[in-house]
Amino acid sequence: MQHTSTQDTLVGLFVASGIIGLFFLAMQVSNLSSFVSEDSYTITARFGNSGGLKIKSPVSAAGVKIGRVTAISFDQKSFESVVKMNINSKYNALPDDTTASIFTAGLLGEQYVNLDAGGSETPLKNNGKIEITQSAIILEKALGQFLFKSAEEKK
Amino acid sequence: MPAFLEYLGHSTRISFTKLGRASYFLVQILAGIFSLLARPRLLLKQLYSVGVLSFLIITISGLFVGMVLSLQGYYTLSDFGAEESLGVMVAASLVRELGPVVSGLLFAGRAGSALTAEIGLMKATEQLSGMEMMAIDPIRRIITPRFVAGLISMPLLAALFSAVGIIGGQMVGCGLLGVDEGAFWSQMQSGIDFKDDIINGVIKSLVFGFVSSWIALFEGYDAIPTSEGVSRATTRTVVNSAFSILGLDFILTALMFGEH
Repeated sequence: MQHTSTQDTLVGLFVASGIIGLFFLAMQVSNLSSFVSEDSYTITARFGNSGGLKIKSPVSAAGVKIGRVTAISFDQKSFESVVKMNINSKYNALPDDTTASIFTAGLLGEQYVNLDAGGSETPLKNNGKIEITQSAIILEKALGQFLFKSAEEKK
Repeated sequence: MPAFLEYLGHSTRISFTKLGRASYFLVQILAGIFSLLARPRLLLKQLYSVGVLSFLIITISGLFVGMVLSLQGYYTLSDFGAEESLGVMVAASLVRELGPVVSGLLFAGRAGSALTAEIGLMKATEQLSGMEMMAIDPIRRIITPRFVAGLISMPLLAALFSAVGIIGGQMVGCGLLGVDEGAFWSQMQSGIDFKDDIINGVIKSLVFGFVSSWIALFEGYDAIPTSEGVSRATTRTVVNSAFSILGLDFILTALMFGEH
């Protein structure tokens, strides 16, 4: 009987460690933990070009991540990119004249939305719109302009 | 030439017959699952010999595989100044591929070969026919518990392999090579998707556990009941399991990660 009970304990330990392994993979390794739905509110911003921005791209203010992009769609009327963002409810004091711009983390890194607070007294509300935006910098465009300019100067 | 054709036809027919027997055997195993629920102690004993005894080889191999991945990945990534991506590289390769595949191969070598030898020897010493004489169905009593134990153990072992491998990679990457720990984990968390990567890895390991337990048990059950027959069956188990795991891995990967 003694033998079977140690065997049971070992099987129990094995199964428990396997489940801990799975749990570790789910919580520590994957993005599951960041899905835990914190209270958040939605804001939208319209960009002339949203570049390589993707759903789930981070939204940050002053370098701190405060939310995520939840939807990107193309507006047929104004031919603009409409970016919806979920912002953590903790950060509910963003003024309504906040500027949104799309930046790239590092030279080859992923793109993210950066919010620069303005000076207004009234905060952005749920489903609020950001009026002042700055499009993503398209590398090819910038290079093209630069080359074009330097060719002009040579003439 | 006719002799060659005859040989070809004969061996093709033999392999189809074997596949047919194996499929029938699988149906019999699956039919025994419900009666196994009434006797969980049989399953527990097999979980010990299939799972617990494979625990050590899986964790130690996982640790070393993770460490080597980290070391190799670092030298390539540092050429591009992308050392921070080491975490996502180690985790993605472990969770998607190496975890299920390497632990499947180790499982076939460690547990599968033991199963084949055990069943083959039971057959050679006529224990299986003895059971039938006592009106005990050897498939329900012997085979199904081992099959279910393999099916349960494999995902757990693969998850352990990946988890230990990631910790090993973190130890080498952050401890030895000086990658920033915060970047290591945060890049990993933003790069690994729970559904796309981890659940698919678990599905892979379930499939591998299913296939390699099936092969191991069938080869043992189908072995020629002599010492030479058992040794051949054991070899076939390891070889066939390795082939099936690697082949299925390609198909599963194409299905799971194809649309990205």
